[in-house]
Amino acid sequence: MVKDMNIKKRREIRDKLKKFSVGIAGAGGLGSNSAVSLARAGIGKLVIVDFDIVEESNLDRQYYFQDQIGNVKVGALKNNISRINPNVKVETYKKKLKKGSMDKHFRDVDVVIEALDSAKMKTEFIEEIMLKLPNKPIIAASGVAGYGKSDRIKTKYMGNLYMVYDEKAESSEKDVLTAPRVILMANWQANLVLEILLGAD
Amino acid sequence: MIEVNKREVEFVKNETVDKLLKRMKYSFPLVIVKINNEIIPRKKFSEVIVPDNSKISVIHMISGG
Repeated sequence: MVKDMNIKKRREIRDKLKKFSVGIAGAGGLGSNSAVSLARAGIGKLVIVDFDIVEESNLDRQYYFQDQIGNVKVGALKNNISRINPNVKVETYKKKLKKGSMDKHFRDVDVVIEALDSAKMKTEFIEEIMLKLPNKPIIAASGVAGYGKSDRIKTKYMGNLYMVYDEKAESSEKDVLTAPRVILMANWQANLVLEILLGAD
Repeated sequence: MIEVNKREVEFVKNETVDKLLKRMKYSFPLVIVKINNEIIPRKKFSEVIVPDNSKISVIHMISGG
């Protein structure tokens, strides 16, 4: 009986998630890992924007492989997602987000994930999305660097802005980026996406 | 009184966002500020006056991602 309930709930969630789309700004540690989690969960569509190529130094935390070094990140990520769940529609844009047009590819998605690296870009992106698309839920992350201290990470609810936040973390210029913590926060973001799209459990 | 990041803080008449951040000793260069659920763009920090009884959230953005 318990098993039947699980099947029913799983089907319900799959059917709901299929109808939703998520925009992801950045395909680095946060973006690549949250994209893969959402694909596994069965999201309908992902819109991913990033200008970068895969470098060997990315492989310590980003969802790419040795044989993808030198490839465009958004292309490599699209390929990886299709190998996991070919039902996910993946729309990609190889470009750097520019002030004044940051909202361009995210107008029609249901939720936006901020997955950029520099504090300045993060701030500019959040400001612009909140001002131009005030009804769009945006999930950002701040304080990713370091390792351990998982309990310091919190979700800050600020209206339509959801911050995965460790206010005591050092910046990535002063501290290391490690796979467990970056991927933890990427999945925290993906988990918030499900919470927003599916409603209370 | 106003509330800044869930802490009760004395209200100061005609205080701009800039001045409040200074008074709170928030020295981070990149912050997101919300007053009663309205986001205040950074370029308006020196103009916008913090109203009495308002709830203010300040979060700072840290590089890494």
